[in-house]
Amino acid sequence: MSVTQRTSHSDQASHTGTRPRPLDAFTCEQFLVYEARLLDEARFDEWLNLFTPDAWYWVPSEPNQASPRDTVSLIYDDRRLLETRVRRLASPRIYSQEPRSRTSRIVANVTVEDITADGSAATVRSKFQLLEYRREHQRMFGGTCFHRLVQGDRGMQIAWKRVNLVNCDAPHEGLVVPF
Amino acid sequence: MNPIPPEGMRALVQPGRVHKRLYTDPDIFELELERIFGSAWIYVGHESQVKSPGDFLATRIGRKPLLLVRDGEGKLRLLYNQCAHRGAMVVASEQGHSSELRCCYHGWTYHLDGRLKAAPLLHGYPPDFDPKSPALGMARVPRVASYRGFVFGSLTSDGPSLEDYLGYMRTSFDDMVDRAPDGALEVAGGVFKHTYRGNWKLYLENLCDAAHPLFTHQSSIDAAQQQSDAVYSDGSGEIAIRQMRQNGAPYSFWEANVGIWTYPNGHSFLGDYHDDAKLVAALNDPAFREYVAAMEAKKGKEGTKKILEVRRWNSNVYPNLSFMSQFQQLRVVHPLSVNETVVHTYCYRLQGAPARMFENTISFANTVNGTGSLVLTDDLEIYNRIGLGLSSGGPEWIEIGRGYQSDATAEHGGRRGKNSTSEVYIRNMFDAWLGYMVGERELPSARPRGPKIVAEMNR
Repeated sequence: MSVTQRTSHSDQASHTGTRPRPLDAFTCEQFLVYEARLLDEARFDEWLNLFTPDAWYWVPSEPNQASPRDTVSLIYDDRRLLETRVRRLASPRIYSQEPRSRTSRIVANVTVEDITADGSAATVRSKFQLLEYRREHQRMFGGTCFHRLVQGDRGMQIAWKRVNLVNCDAPHEGLVVPF
Repeated sequence: MNPIPPEGMRALVQPGRVHKRLYTDPDIFELELERIFGSAWIYVGHESQVKSPGDFLATRIGRKPLLLVRDGEGKLRLLYNQCAHRGAMVVASEQGHSSELRCCYHGWTYHLDGRLKAAPLLHGYPPDFDPKSPALGMARVPRVASYRGFVFGSLTSDGPSLEDYLGYMRTSFDDMVDRAPDGALEVAGGVFKHTYRGNWKLYLENLCDAAHPLFTHQSSIDAAQQQSDAVYSDGSGEIAIRQMRQNGAPYSFWEANVGIWTYPNGHSFLGDYHDDAKLVAALNDPAFREYVAAMEAKKGKEGTKKILEVRRWNSNVYPNLSFMSQFQQLRVVHPLSVNETVVHTYCYRLQGAPARMFENTISFANTVNGTGSLVLTDDLEIYNRIGLGLSSGGPEWIEIGRGYQSDATAEHGGRRGKNSTSEVYIRNMFDAWLGYMVGERELPSARPRGPKIVAEMNR
């Protein structure tokens, strides 16, 4: 799904004066594929724009971790820190990305777990595999993602995203490119 | 392995420089495991992780898997995690509780203090087979001791006591514990494990390095300084961003306003560079005010002031421990090979402090120690690049001479840098390193064989 197609949904809604189109499994899946593409293409500013102004992004350090507040996380960013993270990714002095990583993501097994009656918000579960290559080393990550997707004036957005890595509690080298 | 004679070892450590073999030579690495990790006091855990009889914690010294156990009488035991029968690792869980320790292979079962409790098919052994012999128990690490809840083990049966070994660095542990209103800490909040392709020594060498943040962490400094405070934060991001901004203090600040102190046995601490006043108190954080009130209720106004005005950043206990009192962080460096290291980092909850204080600890840990941190990831890159750089045919010597001419003696048998960016703490670690490596401390291989080994030889 292209950016144009994405904006066309909300355009349509505003032109006809109707509510945004309710979320469905296909739309959600296409959105996740689009998000993965932005990340693979290192379009991090555009990725950030997918998130709502009070969003959070969480990669727990433990399986079944209940909270980011009482246990450490591989990543736990509120909106402010997520912005800082994305700004740093663009810095020419981010030595941990010199050279840059290249990534390839596959998103699959998408299911809508929880959707509001009017279809304007849903929690979407998906599986992912992520291949990362950097400086002669290749890493493989995999796991389960949960996205809370909301449909509003700005089109579909991510209210929160949780990434459960299969090996979240393994010793890792630095994790710089977002999942 | 090529044995390196003492004079050869001494030639590798010179005033203001060390030879790069210390970071690249697998033979030297093996000797370090034997002579440093084989005799120094090594941090193995915290008493709060093994509170009750039967609690156990998998830990290690160097590459050796060990088990820290609270035995039936409440005594701390440090056991080699190996079955005396055919050698399987007895306990595979990282942490747990059990009334006995049982091997999964043939069911040999041990008391919590390591003695053999029972084994099947005993009738099949020769008549002189004595199940009560210590040689048939899980072997005990010769020494285990704790200081204010921090537990250390030593693989040799003699040498300085833990308190003597720590020396003045005990005050850093005191600083850590005294900040708890109830006077106790508890390990909580999980563990970070990060790894890099570089030598284990690089890690502590970086933790008291006041000259690197401004340069190495430029990307996160810039990103944080440009960050608008108007954007929504739930509090966690706010602490993180303040921390990163503080890394951007000018060189003049790092030179003059921090302080670096070193002590015998390789220990050191860096003075504070962004204290509560800049991070938490500056937020006018109600949790911090509540915390101060809880402290004052227990320790009085004057006592609290004295505790909170101790301002240390990282305290390094040679060879592989570093901790930080203000946000209750602790890191343990585990050497795996000459060019491969894993670091475990922990958080501590201040007993008697408001819950929100621990949330700040977690936010801080994610920022400074997190495997996905905006700060630590650049440090890990540096360690990897040192590993790569040293493999080139470039200069043979590593320069650690900054401040060498101006270091001064300090109280309590220490030395300090005139400027906070002095590499005095690295030179101090190599003084200790050389002592271990040339055998000025007693070496395990130079001592008589222990009774267990003798017993086995006689069988």
